[in-house]
Amino acid sequence: MLEIRGLAASIGDKLILRGIDLNVPDGEVHAIMGPNGSGKSTLGYVLSGRDDFTVTGGSVLYNGLDLLDMAPEARAAAGVFLAFQAPIELPGVNNANFLRTALNAIRRAHGESELDAVQFLKLARAETKRLAMPDDMLKRNVNVGFSGGEKKRNEVLQMALLRPSLAILDETDSGLDIDALKIVADGVNALRSPTFSALVITHHQRLLDHLVPNRVHVLAGGRIIRSGGPELARELEKSGYAGVLAEAA
Amino acid sequence: MSIVQQTGAAGFLACFETLKDALPGDPVVREKAAAAFRLLGLPGGTSARRSEAWKYTSLRPVAETAFMTPVVSGFDVDLSASTASFSRFAENPVFGPLPRPDRDPMVALNTMLAEDGAILRVPAGVDAGIVRIDSHGNGSHALHPRHAVHLGPGATLVLLEIATGTGGYLHNAVTEIAIGAGAHLTHIRLQDESRDAFHFATIYADVAEGGTYDGFSLVLGGRIARTEIHVGLTGKNAVAHMNGAQLLTGTQHADFSSIVRHAAPNCTSRQTVKNVLNGRSRGVFQGRIEVARDAQKTDGYQMNQALLLSPDAEIDSKPELEIFADDVKCSHGATVGELDAEQLFYLRSRGVPENEARAMLVRAFLTEALDLVTNDAIRSMLGEKIDLWWERQAA
Ligand SMILES: Nc1ncnc2c1ncn2[C@@H]1O[C@H](COP(=O)(O)OP(=O)(O)OP(=O)(O)O)[C@@H](O)[C@H]1O
Ligand SMILES: [Mg+2]
Repeated sequence: MLEIRGLAASIGDKLILRGIDLNVPDGEVHAIMGPNGSGKSTLGYVLSGRDDFTVTGGSVLYNGLDLLDMAPEARAAAGVFLAFQAPIELPGVNNANFLRTALNAIRRAHGESELDAVQFLKLARAETKRLAMPDDMLKRNVNVGFSGGEKKRNEVLQMALLRPSLAILDETDSGLDIDALKIVADGVNALRSPTFSALVITHHQRLLDHLVPNRVHVLAGGRIIRSGGPELARELEKSGYAGVLAEAA
Repeated sequence: MSIVQQTGAAGFLACFETLKDALPGDPVVREKAAAAFRLLGLPGGTSARRSEAWKYTSLRPVAETAFMTPVVSGFDVDLSASTASFSRFAENPVFGPLPRPDRDPMVALNTMLAEDGAILRVPAGVDAGIVRIDSHGNGSHALHPRHAVHLGPGATLVLLEIATGTGGYLHNAVTEIAIGAGAHLTHIRLQDESRDAFHFATIYADVAEGGTYDGFSLVLGGRIARTEIHVGLTGKNAVAHMNGAQLLTGTQHADFSSIVRHAAPNCTSRQTVKNVLNGRSRGVFQGRIEVARDAQKTDGYQMNQALLLSPDAEIDSKPELEIFADDVKCSHGATVGELDAEQLFYLRSRGVPENEARAMLVRAFLTEALDLVTNDAIRSMLGEKIDLWWERQAA
């Protein structure tokens, strides 16, 4: 599914990713943990094509496609989805309109027919209900005036509607209440299939209780310094990063 | 009859000399206007007076064009959805008290040469529906329509003006509006002139106690254009909205200038003007709020924002407050920016193609202004015009 080789990226003249190697096979969920500022969000941005980061080395293959060569919208059409750590507010853009435009853009790219407003609303209402989101979130402007948790739920709603094959969740669990956490995990679990993979960036074991990862990676200083099974997350939760950092040094 | 003019202010004056005996209305008013125009000239043209009000807008290209004048009226009035009474300036040539040919060169020019115009009246207490005025410019014609709107106390009217045309014509309209006590005028203007045309619209509105002037202008066309709105809030609790959006491209220049005069207590004025500037276009915003000594409890708000879609586009913004009362609430602000890179990326990361994402953000920027148009049908018509404008940019 996803093969990252020696990926290096910088912003301005600041090198942030210093050679990332990571394989996420089909159907697997991998967790990425690591200290603040280690480059986790940067990895998510680089994979989804944000152009203020410059890729200075390495390659990313995604289902055989050279991901780094593609525009952000082409990556989305190919099934990549990034749930933002800090979702962006779009004043003046109605949420339902935004979601429908996105869904139809992706359907168009797949040669599928576009959904009209009625068809879309039916689909969206079913998802908001499943995610226990109030209906009025569809009527409001995208993320404007949303609480922290509502913004995260709105990311999950987008994921549920766009049905990606690679979901990158950047701290989607932060700021969520206990019920919402469960809903997010259920949202990802619902997508789980042999053709769906996820990179779950998190600081907390809690999410991983609901969403058991196949692998856990520790990203520090722009490199993956340790990988292991689900027990690695529990170990980190208990003893922090000091041990793994010292080991890697 | 039509006359091919010489260029410049002299051309218009010569034209007046030839035509004046045939022009309707008080010849003294015309002569005075001609004298004022002779003095003021075309701003930016040779030997014109320097003028603060025209600081950012030069009419040199107007001065260098040879127009053909006059022509037939050049506008149609659709009364099918209205009970307003309609007459023509040509038959009822009254120059009202509000326009100031002595101060404003384009008003002087209009007063000197106006031949026709629409006069609308709504009696007290009547809701007269929607009147639509379509103007059509053509070739190198010069049009100077003189419109008037009178709303009796408690009357209501929606006036929709749509200006279109083909060629490098001049459309120089003056509109005088009297809004009676408790009356409500919704004045929507779509300026969709030819890209080679010159468009000037000077509006004078006087709002009596508890009345409302609710104006919105969407400016899309013209080579050089100016919307100039003067509102006098002369009775207490009167309200003025002077909103608008200007979408420009190429080398278009559009000026949105307004002066609201709070002359009575407890009046409210609101203004949101948005500029979307592409290519090498230039937007101008001048907004002045005047508060007279006894206009206590004035509530004035003015916001001017520009979205620059190109590094060569430019906005000049000049807000002014002149306050002589002490118990007032007046605020104004101006912002200039480009499309937000994070917002653009967010949309693209959801699969929305770049051009469509840009269009969504431009529409979003304009929404705050467009939403101030309360008539649903008119708002969606304007929205469609904005979408078409965007499609032309992308093409
Ligand atoms: N636009 C930017 N300009 C300068 N430095 C940046 C920029 N964006 C990120 N960085 C820096 O890159 C480094 C990695 O940031 P990143 O957001 O990827 O960290 P993170 O691992 O996601 O941290 P956190 O756990 O706090 O979310 C940080 O030192 C950050 O300050
Ligand atoms: Mg982060």
